[in-house]
Amino acid sequence: MTKFTKLSLAALALVGMSATAGTLEDTKKQGFVKCGVHVSNAGFSEVTSGGERKGMDVDGCRAVAAAVLGDASKVKYTPLNAKERFAALSSGEIDVLYRGTTWTETRDTSLGLNFAGVNYYDGQGFLVKNSDGIKNAAELDGATFCIQAGTTTELNVADYFRANKMAYKVNTYDSNDQVIKSYESGRCDVITSDASQLYGIRSTLKDPSGHTVLPEIISKEPLGPVVRQGDDAWFNIIKWSYNAMVEAEELGVTSQNVNKMKTSDSPAIKRLLGTEGNMGANLGLSADFAYNIIKQVGNYGEIFERNIGMNTPLKMKRGLNDLWTRGGLQYSPPFR
Amino acid sequence: MLNALRNRKVRGILFQLLTVLGLVAFLWYIGSNTMHNIEQRGIKTGFAFLDNSAGFGISEAPVAYTETDTHGRVFFVGLLNTLIVSFYGIIFATILGILIGVLRLSNNWLIRKLSSAYIDIFRNIPLLLQILFWYNVVLKALPSPKQSMEFKGDIFLNNRGLIIPSPDMNSTTITIIISFLVALVSIYFLNRWAKKKQEDTGNDFPTFLVSIGILVVLPILAYFIGGANFNFDIPALKGFNFVGGKTISPEFLALTLALVIYTATFIAEAVRSGIEAVNKGQKEAAASIGLSSYQSLKLVVLPQAIRIAIPPVINQYLNLIKNSSLAAAIGYPEIVTLFSGTSLNQVGQAIEIIAITMLVYLTMSISVSVLLNWLNHKIKIKER
Repeated sequence: MTKFTKLSLAALALVGMSATAGTLEDTKKQGFVKCGVHVSNAGFSEVTSGGERKGMDVDGCRAVAAAVLGDASKVKYTPLNAKERFAALSSGEIDVLYRGTTWTETRDTSLGLNFAGVNYYDGQGFLVKNSDGIKNAAELDGATFCIQAGTTTELNVADYFRANKMAYKVNTYDSNDQVIKSYESGRCDVITSDASQLYGIRSTLKDPSGHTVLPEIISKEPLGPVVRQGDDAWFNIIKWSYNAMVEAEELGVTSQNVNKMKTSDSPAIKRLLGTEGNMGANLGLSADFAYNIIKQVGNYGEIFERNIGMNTPLKMKRGLNDLWTRGGLQYSPPFR
Repeated sequence: MLNALRNRKVRGILFQLLTVLGLVAFLWYIGSNTMHNIEQRGIKTGFAFLDNSAGFGISEAPVAYTETDTHGRVFFVGLLNTLIVSFYGIIFATILGILIGVLRLSNNWLIRKLSSAYIDIFRNIPLLLQILFWYNVVLKALPSPKQSMEFKGDIFLNNRGLIIPSPDMNSTTITIIISFLVALVSIYFLNRWAKKKQEDTGNDFPTFLVSIGILVVLPILAYFIGGANFNFDIPALKGFNFVGGKTISPEFLALTLALVIYTATFIAEAVRSGIEAVNKGQKEAAASIGLSSYQSLKLVVLPQAIRIAIPPVINQYLNLIKNSSLAAAIGYPEIVTLFSGTSLNQVGQAIEIIAITMLVYLTMSISVSVLLNWLNHKIKIKER
């Protein structure tokens, strides 16, 4: 009953809540950011052998902590599975959800949530065994899919196969771990999920080169941080702590050169690092909030390369996630 | 006023009244607080989602289901799957439990020790681990569809499940099903008649053998009466998987297996304690009036043992039904996996969906316990 009990408790938590002061004040008072992340998703949220969490999403949490508290390490991570995540957020167990959550109309409008940006542009793909000889998705007629419960994946796969008039079967599991086990033991022919996750899964399989992510991407999956509706100050902080990392990459500010950049003559850099203007004050933060993020966490390009880039086991290209100036979609509204 | 309070009766009523008022106020506070919070967060409420199309596929549905069906239908499919797994679980756990419980009292040292080892091992391992164990063991041990184990070319076993030929629903099949039901009803009346005869005349009637006979002969007769036209839908490998026949999924197998093995240990203990609780004098009395040991077990010991065993066994049935919700771990699509899993995530209305699911378990558990309490009441010693 554990999962069920957890969910019920989360639902009950909605019952007992009373109005609090703003999330920003609460966070400052308790001294850490309550951040919901993936239990284990290579490159996005994983536990290192040293026992620390790292990954793209984890760095998102750290950026918020650096901005609000001036110290990127002041984060309390709550590992969540897909089913638990929204209940955890709306019950106040966490204050920001950085867990590869797809931004959809329904979620944005009917769950009492707000999406604060897109930290990774993804799409749903298929992971297959080379020994099955599948070259593209059209050959998947009749295949059995393993899926993690509580994701948009289930709907996409249903839509795709209905549209293409192909037969399919799905096996839906509670945990990603069981999805991988079932795939390895041959219970299903294909794992379908966001492509970023598939690369992560592939890197953890016994023989990664024996498996291929098919070229087809069957959906748009903009993944990003989520907050509760109704606290606009906190919503802004999540939005702009992320934008600061993208803006920093565009301006060429890195964790290495940020100290030197503080004396730069460029007005854009000055505004970003808080030596000019009042960007920090507008958010209710200190003037150097972006400086702290860049110094302690890095700019968007740095966290991408460090966690999932070509020099990591995941070997992912920037692709859609390159800056707009290089033909990608990552674009920060101006800091002014 | 103070004098009235000194009156014990008045005081009793007053305190009861206060308790009820307090409870109502508490519930009202929680309810209004919840509604306020939900409204403030802009979360949708109500049950309209039950009519919205679900949009996702379900791996096994006992009734027709497509992606365009509603969340209400998803609920129904999940409920049926829960009922199916509970039904088979209860039947097999009862059979296995009684068997082990009796064997535990066997005079044979090895049998006795083996049964108590079985009980000790499986009763003390968490059920969730057992489910995962059986599931992953079953999956690992079985070959892929292309290298299926084959029995006579009709039955296949692979890691997609056990695939058996399914009979076409023609006149022969239907007559056989009807004859089977007729056989069960006639066995019931035969038993009543035999018992009455035994009570009136003292003559024993071989009920067990005759019952087996009826169960075999009637369906065979029905086969010929129904036109002897028994067609099977034979499964065949096509592309990724088998087409035709009926597939029993590894999820269902693993879940049922784990539930049966786990629950049977408790039922076995209930049966054993029931038998041991029957006074030794009863057995000796039975022997002294010349009953054989089988007759003494059937006529004297078991009827008394059952009375003692029924209440704990009811508890185990209720546990089995509730434990079936652990299926979420291995993806068997019962009500928790489907409705408070996938549907909940698509719709996001946690309070409504969790409440419905809890109501389902409550209803099922209460129905089972009402039924079995009635049975318990019926067979308990009538003290006059």
